[in-house]
Amino acid sequence: MKILSINEWLLSFMPAGAASITEMVLIALIYLTVFAVLGLYLVLLERKVAAWFQLRLGPNRVGYKGMFQTLADALKLVSKELTGTVKADKFLYNLAPYFVIITALMALSVFPFTENLQAFDINIGLFFLIAISSIGVIGILLGGWGSNNKFALIGAMRSGVQTISYELSVGLSLLTMVILTGSLQLSEIIEVQKNGWLIVQGHIPAMIAFMIYMISGTAETNRAPFDMVEAESELGAGYHTEYSGMKFAYFFLAEFINMFIIAAIATTVFFGGWLSPFGITESIPFMGIFWFLAKTFVLVFLMMWFRWTFPRLRVDQLLTLEWKYLLPINLVNLVLMAVIVWLNITIQF
Amino acid sequence: MSYFSEIYDGIKTLLTGMSVTGKYFLNSRKGAITQQYPDNRDTLQMFDRFRGEVVMPHDENNEHSCTGCQKCELACPNGSIEIIWDRVVDEETGKKKKIIDQHIYHLGMCTQCGLCVDACPSDAIKWAQNFENSVYDRTQLTRVLNKPGSKVRAGVEE
Repeated sequence: MKILSINEWLLSFMPAGAASITEMVLIALIYLTVFAVLGLYLVLLERKVAAWFQLRLGPNRVGYKGMFQTLADALKLVSKELTGTVKADKFLYNLAPYFVIITALMALSVFPFTENLQAFDINIGLFFLIAISSIGVIGILLGGWGSNNKFALIGAMRSGVQTISYELSVGLSLLTMVILTGSLQLSEIIEVQKNGWLIVQGHIPAMIAFMIYMISGTAETNRAPFDMVEAESELGAGYHTEYSGMKFAYFFLAEFINMFIIAAIATTVFFGGWLSPFGITESIPFMGIFWFLAKTFVLVFLMMWFRWTFPRLRVDQLLTLEWKYLLPINLVNLVLMAVIVWLNITIQF
Repeated sequence: MSYFSEIYDGIKTLLTGMSVTGKYFLNSRKGAITQQYPDNRDTLQMFDRFRGEVVMPHDENNEHSCTGCQKCELACPNGSIEIIWDRVVDEETGKKKKIIDQHIYHLGMCTQCGLCVDACPSDAIKWAQNFENSVYDRTQLTRVLNKPGSKVRAGVEE
């Protein structure tokens, strides 16, 4: 255990309490760095992928092939003035970005990036992830409410509607897979997949669950085609209309980290997490990180593909899709998965 | 049962859309339409239908096809074209004949609508593909399209 050895090394020269606090601070710093770098480069990736979908070139001026474009953007945002509206609820207005960014950061902490590289391996891992990702919407609601701006409020309310609806589908599609794994702990879910990734093990119901998960996951992150929350052409920028500078950047980064989190949950639950295909690199340590990130970025790319292909839905279409299609299919699928597990007709290697 | 066929159609049409954008994505490297303009200034070629300015092509004998019919002048909605014409006596037939003295084109007034090019019965004027048309003095935007000493090509008027 990598983290355990750091623990022993710290214990060798300081008392237990101090050692654990130092350890927490170290891990938090590492995750914050990863968070910032990941957020910035996901934004760059999004812009590049968008450009390629539209037959453009994308950012290519700052650094080699535009490598430092988003870094420069972040520097600009840091230097900008933080503005606000006159009658804004100052406390809630300033609180909102932290809600969004802290929940994103907390969700990031439970993923097993590779064997033994996991900051926080709790036994209710998946439940924790679903719970945390719905707290993020409170930040959006607060931001919309506190801004004293009608567009921001409409955007925030739409976000509430959307997240409450699609949370069900995310939860139920993951629950379908939990029937197969028998555990909510992420490390154990990976352990089960050593006999074949869950999307193979659970075959038909797992694939249906994956499709439902990707649709509702995209809706959860408020990305196009489900971006009624921001809806540039209708609402300006939705809930973060009144935010500027670094507070806006927090919302923006959190949105991209949430996309990564949704893709990472899908990787962990459906595609074997850090496990390599057919165990080809099992003997090499820390290759798991590569496989985890590779699978996650493929799914992130899939979400970007959705974004740059599909037009935005109307609010009623969004709710029809969830309540009349995804939810009934999901419930039937849950029963189907239960029957498959009961009759033991899963595919195992 | 339309419920299930709707789901099937929905998924099918979404996948069709994704395959279209996917093809664009894969071809973006060679097919990017973005021009990195000041960098590729020497090699940049505008496409054929680009409307830069009106020019009158002359052949190697310094002959053009403009008969001076003034249809372009009439077609121009904002008076960008002025034709100063003259009558001369044709040596072969002895009849009086209309020729252009100066075909004046005001690029500064031109909206690139293309009506003059469409109106021309003898294809004497056409669009050029140049696009760096800014000058320091607007008098430079008034251009005489026919070259000095040029004359109409024989056979155009029939």
